[in-house]
Amino acid sequence: MITTTDLTKVYRSQGREVTALAGVDLHVREGEVYGVVGTSGAGKSTLIRCVNMLERPSSGTVTVDGLDLTALGGHEQRAGSALREARRRIGMVFQHFNLLASRTAQENVELPLEIIGLDRAQRRRKAAELLDLVGLADKARSYPSQLSGGQKQRVGIARALAGDPKVLLSDEATSALDPETTRSILKLLRDLNQQLGLTVLLITHEMDVIKSVCDSAALMRGGRVVESGELTDLLATPGSELARELFPLSEFGSGHPGRTVLEITFQGDTSARPFVSQLARTYQIDINILGAAVETIAGRMVGRMRVELSGSHQDNVVPIGFLREQGLQVDVLDAANGAVA
Amino acid sequence: MSSTLTWDQMQDLMWPATWETLGMVGIATAATIVIGLPVGLFLVLTDKGGLLQNVPVARVLGVIVNVGRSIPFIILIVALIPFTRWVVGTSLGWQAAAVPLAVGAIPFFARLVETSVREVDGGLVEAVQSMGGSTWTIVRKTLLPEALPALVASVTTTVIALIGYSAMAGTVGGGGLGDLAYRYGYLRFQTTFMWVIVAELVVIVTVLQLIGDRIARRLSHRGSYPSPLGLLFGSRRRAADDELASH
Ligand SMILES: Nc1ncnc2c1ncn2[C@@H]1O[C@H](COP(=O)(O)OP(=O)(O)OP(=O)(O)O)[C@@H](O)[C@H]1O
Ligand SMILES: [Mg+2]
Repeated sequence: MITTTDLTKVYRSQGREVTALAGVDLHVREGEVYGVVGTSGAGKSTLIRCVNMLERPSSGTVTVDGLDLTALGGHEQRAGSALREARRRIGMVFQHFNLLASRTAQENVELPLEIIGLDRAQRRRKAAELLDLVGLADKARSYPSQLSGGQKQRVGIARALAGDPKVLLSDEATSALDPETTRSILKLLRDLNQQLGLTVLLITHEMDVIKSVCDSAALMRGGRVVESGELTDLLATPGSELARELFPLSEFGSGHPGRTVLEITFQGDTSARPFVSQLARTYQIDINILGAAVETIAGRMVGRMRVELSGSHQDNVVPIGFLREQGLQVDVLDAANGAVA
Repeated sequence: MSSTLTWDQMQDLMWPATWETLGMVGIATAATIVIGLPVGLFLVLTDKGGLLQNVPVARVLGVIVNVGRSIPFIILIVALIPFTRWVVGTSLGWQAAAVPLAVGAIPFFARLVETSVREVDGGLVEAVQSMGGSTWTIVRKTLLPEALPALVASVTTTVIALIGYSAMAGTVGGGGLGDLAYRYGYLRFQTTFMWVIVAELVVIVTVLQLIGDRIARRLSHRGSYPSPLGLLFGSRRRAADDELASH
């Protein structure tokens, strides 16, 4: 649905060059919720703004729903009519909502419909439907200054959906909201994704957001995507940074010198099996559980456990093999510093 | 030297002069808005990073506006006499006075428009762009409506400045209240009459400011809108509280 190939963006200001994107390949499939995380300045906003050409990439291509947007004419500030047409099919929500203070909620939602060229009666009907969809039917006549942050973002989402987009872009849509409101907005996005088959590309700096709504994620650093994929695959990837961030066990103890510390990740049906007791029984070894956690990620049960076995890595090759045969993902940690061996 | 004027005599002189003042200021205001609004808008749009970025045009416009604002008004009146004659047919009377008033006010108003439009959050422009809106859509549906309360305040400020300038235009053959105060009060020592006229001007200015503030506030849906007269007339504490709350 959204594909970027070797996307670069270099900002030039006062003779200085800043490379915000250094070759980004992103592939967002139809109907999925795709999250992009990364530290401040990693290029996340630049990336999402390149997707609808609010920022024109320096090189590379952006394809949305089969249309190569980079090929469409126009300058950053003066988009050509083909690009404007394409943008009507790409909704965008913003961190600071960007609602017009001079218009009511209903009128804000009508704005894109005016641009599309619907008549008054059609606009009214459609805006009312959309406000109902986001649960704000009773606030249609309120001005943004009379709405809470969460309500404003709901109006922003209704507005973004006005053109019946296939794609919704969201740059830190929940960063200005409190945790509870964040949850309700994320639930709304997830519902819309499921009800309307909407493809969502969202930027966030909160791992919790990825955990609760995304199917796939990408980690950006220094203008590059350093890791990406479906969450379930990432969690099954040894040494995955995203998996570690999604599911941190760092607060658990890191074991004692001379012993072997394992990090075991289990998903879906493997979580039901009593592998710890099986392991202990089969090999007659003592297992010290340092910590464990179970969470629902991308709609699946995922568990992670940190255990300590006596003896060195070499002594435990066989039990580790046994665990891997059970379909579990096992990372062997260096007991001294907790890093992956 | 004449004897003191009676109240009736004063009124007979003041009414026509009031209409002359309001007439020249009214026409000048209309012309100022019609020309100054697009000029102010283009100052923003053609500027660097603007929607119609065109640095040479922006420079030229900026220079014209600055020159216009630098010329002392009294010199503008005299320098514009041929132009005024060409437009109105004469350089005397209140209709003629409207010409230099408008020319003087346009650059002033254009700068106020520029400031008002610049205040509009760039995020809103981006939102409309992301919906597929054209530059004209952005101007018509975002920049102007969002800047409207500030634009109304700018018009109020301009009208009041024009009333001040109209006194100067009046003394050079334009008539009006300023001219009346000058001729009777200053040249004929009718001090009382002069103060009566000044009082009338104060009333006119105050009423205009109040109306302007009220309209601006009604148009603003941002909650509170700062009003200089509101501050003067008692809501000072509330304003101070707002300021505290906003920190
Ligand atoms: N208009 C601009 N001109 C110059 N440099 C820019 C511009 N916009 C962004 N940058 C630079 O590009 C880099 C990436 O910025 P970007 O806004 O994409 O980061 P981000 O990942 O969204 O960060 P954050 O999490 O803080 O929002 C930064 O180094 C930033 O300074
Ligand atoms: Mg950002």
